[in-house]
Amino acid sequence: MAADTQTPVLRFDRVSVAFDEVPALADVSFQAYEGESRVIMGATGSGKTVLLKTALGLQRPDSGTVYVFGKDISRMRERELFDIRSKIGMLFQESALFDSLNIEENVSYPLLNQSSIHCPPEEVLPRVEEALKFVELEGTLEKFPSELSGGMRRRAAIARAVVTNPPLLLYDSPTAGLDPITANTIIALIVKERDLNKTTTLIVTYRYQDGNLVANFRYNPENGGLERAGDPAAGQAAGKGGASPSTLFMVLHEGRLVFEGPQTELEASQDPYISKFVKHRE
Amino acid sequence: MYGSIEFRGPSGLLDFLKEPFIAIQEFYLLTGRALRNVAARPHYGDDIIAQMDLIGVGSLPIVILTGLFAGAVMALQMSRALAQYGQVDQTGTLVSISLVRELGPVLTALMMAGRNSSGIASELGSMKVTEQIDAMRALGTDPIQKLVTPRMVATAVMLPLLTILADFIGMFGGWFVSRFFLDLPSQQYWSTVWRALEWNDITQGLLKPFVFAFIISLVGCYYGLRASGGTQGVGRATTQSMVAASVLILILDFFLGKIFVSQGVT
Repeated sequence: MAADTQTPVLRFDRVSVAFDEVPALADVSFQAYEGESRVIMGATGSGKTVLLKTALGLQRPDSGTVYVFGKDISRMRERELFDIRSKIGMLFQESALFDSLNIEENVSYPLLNQSSIHCPPEEVLPRVEEALKFVELEGTLEKFPSELSGGMRRRAAIARAVVTNPPLLLYDSPTAGLDPITANTIIALIVKERDLNKTTTLIVTYRYQDGNLVANFRYNPENGGLERAGDPAAGQAAGKGGASPSTLFMVLHEGRLVFEGPQTELEASQDPYISKFVKHRE
Repeated sequence: MYGSIEFRGPSGLLDFLKEPFIAIQEFYLLTGRALRNVAARPHYGDDIIAQMDLIGVGSLPIVILTGLFAGAVMALQMSRALAQYGQVDQTGTLVSISLVRELGPVLTALMMAGRNSSGIASELGSMKVTEQIDAMRALGTDPIQKLVTPRMVATAVMLPLLTILADFIGMFGGWFVSRFFLDLPSQQYWSTVWRALEWNDITQGLLKPFVFAFIISLVGCYYGLRASGGTQGVGRATTQSMVAASVLILILDFFLGKIFVSQGVT
């Protein structure tokens, strides 16, 4: 990675967060560069969600510093944070679509409410339709979140996260509670978004399968599906270099970052906690 | 916003006292921010109108029923007391003063606490536990600006209006009892009703609902926004908001009444 010279998109510097003196993140440091993917794994309550929320400035660190696009957000006021947040897309765990708004209003919400987006009114609907087309949910504009299935809600939430074309995307357990087939289509969407728009992507998941897909597959624009990355023939056919997208795995244990590295290292790890998350590749 | 206070007490007593103090401090912070947002941009006018419809128009049936029967019961019970002095024809005076000064504002506010504090707490609480509040912040809106301020403004406008309505309906209930059960002439009843009222009564009768409106809306929002722990937490927030709002209304009612009575203009 020739990334050392550029500013990291996201940088955690010895960040700690505690709730009622129970540590949720303890001394976490890492940096993610443009175009990288991070797969964050860990048991329930290991601080995965807190990490994403801290990156978005929803949770303030008790100590340490968080830099997003080179700016220190840890001490910013809420109003200043809105500017940074407009460049970050977030998929919440249970989708967090607004129940009282229909899908069109949900997806257009960031376009209309983020002060630094400045989307002209006549462009809102086309962009909403484009985002819904991206997640293959055309024709649900008038529906309410309660009328959609879990997988469809997840897709609508992805549409809401990507509608502003943010350069950094955070996905909190995108496949939780979904059947394996639906889960794979959601991951395919995430990979598609990453490869088409070159976004930096952080994915929290407990399914090793998800991480494996993100690390080793890429979007094929010709057939609209995923293909194994690093296969030269497929790469040339798709008009790409065939280089494997850079994906690092991170494992959290009770708020501490206990592993950070590529998939091969993760699979080679002898640590009983870490190897628990690793299943054999298909 | 929350939990930013570092205060470690040396003994259990301090820990015991810590929680209510933090709660009061957080409630003040919420109130301050909600009030400041009234003047700040962006304004969510549509949300204010929607809340006025929900909180104000939606409460009409309950307020009408409460007012009607409160007035009727007052007439019925007071006539019993007045009969001892042979002053049954003064029923209108008692109904009028007690309604405008006390029963109208307090009963309407208690009904609204039951209906709207709990409604607001459960709505905001559900949004909190399903991360919709976080999503709102992530998507560039301040939840206090978007959710709390419109509810506060809508309640502050609607509650005095609803109270006026409840007062009038209550006088009508009193008239019904006076006319058909106490055999008072309508003319007699209505003239005592009007003559009894002074400016002090009216001011008091309108200031109280205005103050109660802030309690109802902000207590509901406060408990809703600090809900945690899934559906159980939402249920807890709903109950707590209603209890806290009702108790605070009764306490404040006493102090507001005290201020007006000690002015000497009774």
